[in-house]
Amino acid sequence: MVSLADQLLVLVMLINFIMLGTSRLAFAIRAVAVQGVVLGIIPGLLHQFSGHLLMITASMILAKGIVIPWMINDAVRKAQIRREVEPFIDYVPTLLLGAVFTALAFVFAQRLPLAPEHRELLFVPASIATLMTGFLILTTRRKAISQVIGYLVLENGIFIFGLLLTDAMPFMVEAGALLDLLVGIFVMGIVINHINREFSSVDTSRLQALREE
Amino acid sequence: MDSAWCDLVIDPVGNLLVAVVLMAISGMPGLLIRRPGVGQRLAVVVTLIATLSGAAGVFRILAGAAVSRYLVAWPLPFDGCELAADHLSVLFLMPLLLATACCALYGRAYLPAEQHPATEKRVTLFLGLLSASMALVLLARNGVLLLLAWELMALSSWMLLTTDLRDAQVQRAGTVYLLATHTGTMVLYLFFSLLHTQTGSFVFPADHSISSQGGIAAVMLLAALIGFGAKAGIMPLHVWLPGAHANAPSHVSALMSGIMLKVGLYGILRVVSFFQTVPLWFGWLVLLLGGVSAVVGIALAASQRDLKRLLACSSIENVGIIVLGLGMAFVGMANTNHLLIVFGLTGAFLHLINHALFKPLLFLGSGVIIHATGTRQIDQMGGLSRRLPGTGLLFLAGSLAICGLPPFNGFVGELFLYLAAFHEGMHAPLPFMAFTAPLLAVVGGIAIITFVKLYGLLFLGTPRRPQSRHGHEEPAAMLVPMVVLAAFCLVGGIAAPLLARLVIPAVTAYSGLGQSLIMELVAPVPLLTVSIMNAVLLGGILLIWLLWRQMVLRRPVASTDTWGCGFLAPTARMQYTGSAFAELSGNIFDKSGTPSVRLAALQPLFAAPSRFCPAATERMLDRLLIPAMTGVDWCFSWLRRMQNGHLYLYMLYIFITLFALMVWSYL
Amino acid sequence: MVSSVIHIVLLLVMPPLLLGVINKTKASFAGRQGAPITQPYYDLARLLRKGSVFSSTTTWVFRAGPVVTLAATLLAALLVPLGNHPALISFTGDMLLFAYLFGLARFFTTSAALDTGSPFEGMGAAREVTYACLVEPTLFFVLITLARMSKSLSLTPMFTYPSLPVWLSSGAVMLLLANALFIALLAENCRIPFDDPNTHLELTMIHEVMVLDHSGPAFGMILYGAALKLFVLGALFTNLILPFKTGNMLLDWGIFIAAMVYLAVLIGLVESVMARLRLVRIPQLLVAATILSAFAMLLVVR
Repeated sequence: MVSLADQLLVLVMLINFIMLGTSRLAFAIRAVAVQGVVLGIIPGLLHQFSGHLLMITASMILAKGIVIPWMINDAVRKAQIRREVEPFIDYVPTLLLGAVFTALAFVFAQRLPLAPEHRELLFVPASIATLMTGFLILTTRRKAISQVIGYLVLENGIFIFGLLLTDAMPFMVEAGALLDLLVGIFVMGIVINHINREFSSVDTSRLQALREE
Repeated sequence: MDSAWCDLVIDPVGNLLVAVVLMAISGMPGLLIRRPGVGQRLAVVVTLIATLSGAAGVFRILAGAAVSRYLVAWPLPFDGCELAADHLSVLFLMPLLLATACCALYGRAYLPAEQHPATEKRVTLFLGLLSASMALVLLARNGVLLLLAWELMALSSWMLLTTDLRDAQVQRAGTVYLLATHTGTMVLYLFFSLLHTQTGSFVFPADHSISSQGGIAAVMLLAALIGFGAKAGIMPLHVWLPGAHANAPSHVSALMSGIMLKVGLYGILRVVSFFQTVPLWFGWLVLLLGGVSAVVGIALAASQRDLKRLLACSSIENVGIIVLGLGMAFVGMANTNHLLIVFGLTGAFLHLINHALFKPLLFLGSGVIIHATGTRQIDQMGGLSRRLPGTGLLFLAGSLAICGLPPFNGFVGELFLYLAAFHEGMHAPLPFMAFTAPLLAVVGGIAIITFVKLYGLLFLGTPRRPQSRHGHEEPAAMLVPMVVLAAFCLVGGIAAPLLARLVIPAVTAYSGLGQSLIMELVAPVPLLTVSIMNAVLLGGILLIWLLWRQMVLRRPVASTDTWGCGFLAPTARMQYTGSAFAELSGNIFDKSGTPSVRLAALQPLFAAPSRFCPAATERMLDRLLIPAMTGVDWCFSWLRRMQNGHLYLYMLYIFITLFALMVWSYL
Repeated sequence: MVSSVIHIVLLLVMPPLLLGVINKTKASFAGRQGAPITQPYYDLARLLRKGSVFSSTTTWVFRAGPVVTLAATLLAALLVPLGNHPALISFTGDMLLFAYLFGLARFFTTSAALDTGSPFEGMGAAREVTYACLVEPTLFFVLITLARMSKSLSLTPMFTYPSLPVWLSSGAVMLLLANALFIALLAENCRIPFDDPNTHLELTMIHEVMVLDHSGPAFGMILYGAALKLFVLGALFTNLILPFKTGNMLLDWGIFIAAMVYLAVLIGLVESVMARLRLVRIPQLLVAATILSAFAMLLVVR
């Protein structure tokens, strides 16, 4: 089962690349939803069945696979955003950067003092790679919606790392993280609305007009 | 005395010394002879004799003759003036002798004294001196002697480069070259001074005798890499290279690109052999520089519009590939990874010899083209293979060889580098080494873009300008050297084991591994199979050609215009140009070469004129170095006041210096 | 012995069939009856019997283009294992010769295109060399990954290595490789979404536009060479995704032929449901394929 989880993590990392390479916002939202669902399945492969596990799996799939994507899609529709990602850096360079960061994640993971049973698995590199992809999306994409997607990817990276802490992963921590995320999405939604109303665009780079001269 | 003279004939190193002296004096009789052409012919004959003598020495050393060291008495206080030749020197001397002979013969027809009386003496004298000084660098075993030869090499190549005194562009390229080469030499002074502090002598230390630990060793290695690397054209130090190679007379470009760059690499190899081991960081650094040079060099080449500048940029790429191989070997030495050492060195050495065959071939071919069309602009040529069929065929051979395509020699060298990368990927002590294989593949792919563009736009299609309609095949003296070089390229591909036998002694000597170990490692490399496959390929092409001819000749054959897709009046100017050909790849690999296009806005009735500006091709020089140098110039401009031309003030400076030194010694 | 004969016969005879199957698939997708799947054979036979027309601007390079391309492709085809049968010629490092023979073919196809002096063919040549250059690293990443997995340096052991246990234990890597190789296959053979082999709008084509001026037997050789290239790269792909070895020689060949036909249907399917990409998007997809294969290598080498 662990090896199957490993293969799924490859899928997670592939979705990272898809997110970096796609030009369509709707596709990116769908990809992040799929990533959330895949991550929701993984704990089920690793641990003994329990009510706790079922809760985590169900809430993950529900929150990341359905609720949050739906909310983002809703925001896209309401704010009438042009449905392209609009990167600061072009797609191919970000893809290449993502590839470099993924490779570096593998290098870092080798250097970390891990338990021997985790050394051969993909969890740590996948976690770091997903984390860095999140940062990459946050820093290279212009739209507020893309920023939300970036946060989601970032959180997914943290979640993968949490998977390693086998039984010690307290439900409350994960639930708290999810809650944080929900709040974050709400805040972002409000921000998006306001930016949109103020500048009739959701380009976050317009925010620099607010600073004091 | 008698025995000493006998030695020069019997001893292989003696033969080489005779060759050096003959090459050096080959142009001197011409200085005294007034009738044009006599001195030039004499120089060719003397150079050919010199190369024969040198070849005798080289082959005897390759066959395993005992090698002696010569100690020349000189009055300078820099320890013994030692000269010797080992397998490493021989490796570089082989292509040097061949290229020297070819370029001397070619030069006689390229710049015949009867038509160029003003340049005859200059070119003849310094061509001989350049060859001799390069050979002397390879033979010198004393730091000061090496620096003397190095300086002679730099100056004679500068004199050759600036042959055309009236062309401002040539003079500028010459100045840049002179500055770059002296900056490199300055760093070499630092290196040899540090070497003196380590060994107490200017004579080269024995192999692997200096500790590679500590800061001084690191500084020495870096200084050698910068000083010799600047001459070799490794990437950040390449700024002088495209201009110098493009503006020199073609046979001089051939010699500079084919041989002089390699002399820089010889320096790095020689210096590294002084140290006990190679530090790991140095190996990775060299590997990295090689990779960068290869990729960026060929990406630059693809977008060039000047025929010779394109070839020059491709030299940066090829040096990059060689340096990549050396980097592999150095990393292998640091990790005692025998396979990496042997494959890296063999691949690098093979590519070194190969490049010294096909690059001079291409430069000599470009000389013929420049003679025929009077321009170096690729976009103005076209259709040359109708008027220069022989040159066209030879140029095609050179282009295929430089892309590393079978059945030519280029493939054999790259085979070793690829196999080294695959081996690392397969057994993975150093998995990241495996990334060099896709890197080389990209380089090979861009090389194909570059040389399809070059060959296709020069020789195929129809002439793009009326003035490039003229021209005819050149005299045999220009074609024979090219035929010789092209033949070596083909033989190198079809008889790959022979080619490998030329470099294996150098690999053995340099790596310090046993002969049997090296043979064991190299044995699985399918050199013989590749040769057979190359021969089969040639046979297959011939067979299919004959079959096809039979089929075609049995049916009606018609001749008509190229289909213009319905357009009825196609002109030659509608053909694809070089800039257009390279634009697509330029957008991906090297945006700097993309020309800027400014389309005018449409006025109500007429369009205002639009502009098409070819991009500047030397960004590093124009945007970085020249502004930096201007800044330095500004910082030190106050010093210029000291240089005021009054003789008595200069005397005063000398006096002050002397006085200061006396005071210092007193303290 | 019998197996080798089947190998040679398949290699020489089967390639045009793939083109026929692709076209048939596309026709049935479009609701047409379409040409019979043996149509490419008739086309070839007709072309070989036709007379030739040469442009007056061309030289021997134009005539040599198809010849050298076919010779290089044939030699490369000898290096490839078909199904479970090893390649006819196999030696250490044959994958490098394989890659470089395609390079040689490319050099001559594009040179022949430039020889006509036609702006369209120049355009096609520029595209061909550029995109091929982006495919090259993908191919090498795939080869290194397989070299590492199979611990060998030759195409035959590399591509006969994938088996059911391999797929089960490292399915993700194999899937990545298969995807990358499929994209490379489509790009190298100028299929949709990279190039449309059926369109006659010169400005959008890559391969077809380069061969506009060829005629008669030479054009037949080009068609056959293109089919052979599709067959050779397709065989590599089939070997990768077909991890079954029955041990029965005839059954193995049957499976291989069925798989190749299935691959042709798959290509036809892709061509029916996808549109041709915009030219600026092509490098993006090719870089993505490179990253897929590099990622696979990273997973294996780690």
